[in-house]
Amino acid sequence: MTTGLPVSTILLITGFCLALIGLWGMLTHRNILRIIIGFAVIDTGLHIVMVATGYITGGTAPIIDAALSKSDAARRAIDPVPSALVVTAIVIGLSVTAIMLAYAIRLYAARKTLSIDAFTESKW
Amino acid sequence: MMRRALTLVVIVLFALIFLRIIMGYSELQTLRPLAAYFMTQGPIELGAPNIVTAILITYRGFDTLGEVAVLFMVAASVGALLKEENGAAANANGDAPLREAGEIVRTGKQVLLPIILTFGAYVIVNGHLSAGGGFQGGAIVASGVMLMLLSKPGATLNVAALSILESTAGVIYVCIGILGLVFAGGFLDARFLPRGQFGAFFSAGAIPLISALLGVKVGAELSVVIDRFRS
Repeated sequence: MTTGLPVSTILLITGFCLALIGLWGMLTHRNILRIIIGFAVIDTGLHIVMVATGYITGGTAPIIDAALSKSDAARRAIDPVPSALVVTAIVIGLSVTAIMLAYAIRLYAARKTLSIDAFTESKW
Repeated sequence: MMRRALTLVVIVLFALIFLRIIMGYSELQTLRPLAAYFMTQGPIELGAPNIVTAILITYRGFDTLGEVAVLFMVAASVGALLKEENGAAANANGDAPLREAGEIVRTGKQVLLPIILTFGAYVIVNGHLSAGGGFQGGAIVASGVMLMLLSKPGATLNVAALSILESTAGVIYVCIGILGLVFAGGFLDARFLPRGQFGAFFSAGAIPLISALLGVKVGAELSVVIDRFRS
């Protein structure tokens, strides 16, 4: 099956579209939880973009076993560096989301509302 | 209305940037030099079939240590942020007792929990041979813990014991790093243990050991974070 577009381009489009959807969600919604969800969607989109930049035409997973011999490794495997970076990025994204959710709970306790319009102290 | 138009402008501008990136990107045909080095030298130098794990644990081992430190700080700061909240929530729960978990969740826990935890352990210890590793396996273990907490809303997790376990794993991790500094090429160099037979379970130097420690650390930290949010 050929779509005309290379796989990594399709993944890039998907990832960037997700990032745009997340950005749109962050900027239009006033509920803090929805803003956090928007952030998580941006995060996911950028992870897809990062993984996509490591794809090599016809490449396979960078694990050397019966299907990929050592001598073949440099020609048939995808770039392992972006994959390793994305593992880090996912963990850091999860950490940031956890901290944001904790702050959301605190803000809700302070004002009994999750609307960002209720927090005007640092607005200029 | 004004705000909505402004948002639209921002989105369109970002879309333009992304479009330029997509248009200018052409799929790689060969590996970048660094990746080619990792792919050819990684299996020979380290004896680990999974190159992603080899990069994560050895070539960028110091980075991974920092990452685990970030997770630790998150567990600590979420605890600090939600501490007073816990007291208030306990008062609120005083009048409305927690509802029991449903039949499906309780039975499902009994069937699934051993499978989830076994799979988590499998993913952790096979990180150097196939897809997986400490972070992934730790997350699976933490999801099992989450299921356990869901099925027993009143249960308390022994956070103190988890903290001790997690700190011990961290200390051993750094000690292994120093052993690498003394007996091999540098901090967190996994080659001070024998490389073993390529593709065997006990192979690739200290990589499986570091991977297991990472798994314990990540599983404990994520469990603590989940427990803190439960309040």
